[in-house]
Amino acid sequence: MAFESLSDKLQGIFKKIRGQARLTESNMEDMLKEIRVALLESDVNYRVVKEFTNSVKEKALGQEVLLKVNPSQMLVKIVHDELVELLGSDDSELHLQNNRPTVILMVGLQGSGKTTTTGKLAHLLKYKMHKKVLLAAADVYRPAAIDQLNTLAKSVGVDIVNMGTSVSPVKISEVARQKAFDEHYDVLIIDTAGRLQIDEALMDELNQIKDKVSPDEILLLVDAMAGQDAVNVANAFNDKLALTGIVMSKLDGDARGGAALSIKHMTGVPIKFSGVGEKITDLDIFHPDRMADRILGMGDVVTLVEKVQEEMDEKEARKSVNKMMSGRFDLEDMIEQMRKVQKMGSLGGLLKLIPGMPRISEEQQAAGEKEMRNFETIVNSMTPEERHNPDILKYSRKQRISNGSGKSLADINRMLKKFEQMKQMMKQMEQYRKSGKMPPGGLGGMGFPGM
Amino acid sequence: MGLISFLKEKFHKKEKDKEVVKYTEGLEKSRKNFSNRLHNLSRRYQSVNQEYFEELEQILIESDIGINLVLRIIDEVLEISKKENIKDPEKINEVLVDRMFIGYAEKGDVVNELSFKEGTPTVVLVVGVNGVGKTTTIAKLAYRYKQKGKRVLLVAGDTFRAGATEQLKVWADRLNIDIVVGKNEQDPASVAYDGVYKGAREGYDLLIVDTAGRLQTKANLMAELSKIKRVIGKEIEGAPQETFLIIDATTGQNGVVQAKAFSEVTNLTGVIVTKMDGTSKGGIILAIRDELGVPVRFIGLGEKMEDLTEFDLDKYLYGLCVEEE
Ligand SMILES: Nc1nc2c(ncn2[C@@H]2O[C@H](COP(=O)(O)OP(=O)(O)OP(=O)(O)O)[C@@H](O)[C@H]2O)c(=O)[nH]1
Ligand SMILES: [Mg+2]
Repeated sequence: MAFESLSDKLQGIFKKIRGQARLTESNMEDMLKEIRVALLESDVNYRVVKEFTNSVKEKALGQEVLLKVNPSQMLVKIVHDELVELLGSDDSELHLQNNRPTVILMVGLQGSGKTTTTGKLAHLLKYKMHKKVLLAAADVYRPAAIDQLNTLAKSVGVDIVNMGTSVSPVKISEVARQKAFDEHYDVLIIDTAGRLQIDEALMDELNQIKDKVSPDEILLLVDAMAGQDAVNVANAFNDKLALTGIVMSKLDGDARGGAALSIKHMTGVPIKFSGVGEKITDLDIFHPDRMADRILGMGDVVTLVEKVQEEMDEKEARKSVNKMMSGRFDLEDMIEQMRKVQKMGSLGGLLKLIPGMPRISEEQQAAGEKEMRNFETIVNSMTPEERHNPDILKYSRKQRISNGSGKSLADINRMLKKFEQMKQMMKQMEQYRKSGKMPPGGLGGMGFPGM
Repeated sequence: MGLISFLKEKFHKKEKDKEVVKYTEGLEKSRKNFSNRLHNLSRRYQSVNQEYFEELEQILIESDIGINLVLRIIDEVLEISKKENIKDPEKINEVLVDRMFIGYAEKGDVVNELSFKEGTPTVVLVVGVNGVGKTTTIAKLAYRYKQKGKRVLLVAGDTFRAGATEQLKVWADRLNIDIVVGKNEQDPASVAYDGVYKGAREGYDLLIVDTAGRLQTKANLMAELSKIKRVIGKEIEGAPQETFLIIDATTGQNGVVQAKAFSEVTNLTGVIVTKMDGTSKGGIILAIRDELGVPVRFIGLGEKMEDLTEFDLDKYLYGLCVEEE
């Protein structure tokens, strides 16, 4: 990234004012200038930056500089807290109805991620909240938009109302709503075509849809890369439709996402979700504190920790270790283990956000994935006995497995070697656990291929 | 260097360069029209002061030009205004346009249109992050050159996103031109290969290769792009002659990061900025030009196939500062 971290810059300025007891207008001036530049570089809107720095200044003025903390750190904390405060909301959950279908309307500019997010939201509602979900394909304008939603619906395993491109989006939405009520769906999500906020005909169309289906949620998609104009877009959509929430998309890139702050500040509409990748599971609830760190360029530490915990459930890991210790760690456990580590590898993007973290490149991850698939194929050609006790694998068995799996003997040997290494590693981990220390190499010690 | 001497110098070097002529002709217009917004601004001031420059700064920053470039432009204008003792807001505005104009033009000559060579198809590779308008722009380019009598072949290199191939197929049908498609999740490089193989043997003039949207932070997807590029070059020497990065006009400061990353793997020959029919100014293209030298070639002004025009610096600078109500 081209940006120097804000705290580094402030650190430099701070040296000049060391020894002063209070934050004053004059000793804060340079620091506030840096904060302003940092916010503008993060695409926070010009006017919002102005108001924001003013309010930070007021909050900070006259504050005692504590002995242990330096003023730049204090100021960063004030800025950070103010950002979190501004970005957050106590209304960041979906308003789900209990006794009738919840209707969600997805709106936004072209290319902002509505269709993909519709798919992700359906996935989240179905698998995390156990809802019966219906989709409506109301983007009749962009070529093949309906094909796209169809494919997503199929892959998530939810129903879709697809009436082709010759029926009006208003009609499609109405029909979908009726179906959702008649057939007792829990949630209906309506995907609409992207449109400019200045396109009156198309904005009216949204209003008509709104009138006909009375949505419980109207979610505006905002691209994390969006620049200064994002507030105007959000304002226009909000004025016309009364939005209930914002979804930030493409946060898996390295854009700072300052638009989030601008929009929240100007419209007051809560930010509810963030899109963090192209996979169907890549939708997170929105975390104001992480977003604040990101806008300030301070690395998204918490996200990483939580993700790791989620993907690599510690209990599971313990089970494998115990199994191994009692001599029961087998090839199937290894594959299971690899699969988890692989999942964690998809954190590559997040790791990059953290200065000084080891980087798992996408190549490494791809290589790991391939290796895991190879091993899986091989294990599939083994008898249960062989899987549980690979020691019995001698030449003739290997030959048979090679024929069955289409993998070479060398492939099989490589896998067995990996298995031995992994067992070794498990043993070490157990020792570290007993001694209360972390294995050197951290994540690498967990058997990530190539680390 | 003053603007006029700069242009003169350019003129002498390249007497017949149409672009330069265009720039000179455009300049007067640009000065006249420069902007309602700037104009309104200058009417509110008798003479320029610090506040005036702050407002200028705001106009430029709100166009997404980026704080660093804006500060530099403003500094230059300040310096000139001091040196030449200019106080009149209208004059200051002229200096501003001149500075931006020169800053852009100085980076080198630009020919917007594609060039063609008898016997070898021109291959255009189209890249960019997700949702910026790659596929639509391809349809627009295809339409433009079909109108000019070229035989065009589309190559559906986005085998990843659901519905992407179908989308390009719909456009090929509408335009009544040929298209090469791969299977779902087929290696895009192999689809590109099929495309150039056919293109080279069947006498097409222009091949346009679509690619899946990708964030520049995804190393394996970026590597995939260089592979596509390599494969194309193996089949047709010197191809792809053009690699266009599509930038959405709404893009903020990340646009420069995108341009850097994509030019590292593909050697960009131009930017096409889309969605200029909206309210965003797309000022990041000035920062991209400034930092990387990559010029804007075309702009997208809507969702239909006709909605593509050549980039015109002069009109663009004018539009930058128009106030919307
Ligand atoms: N208003 C406007 N919309 C545009 C323009 N260019 C593209 N779009 C719209 O932007 C949306 C995305 O365009 P696509 O061409 O699918 O973008 P893409 O870059 O191919 O997207 P992916 O392949 O998914 O990464 C579509 O709804 C287009 O109609 C433009 O110049 N103006
Ligand atoms: Mg596309």
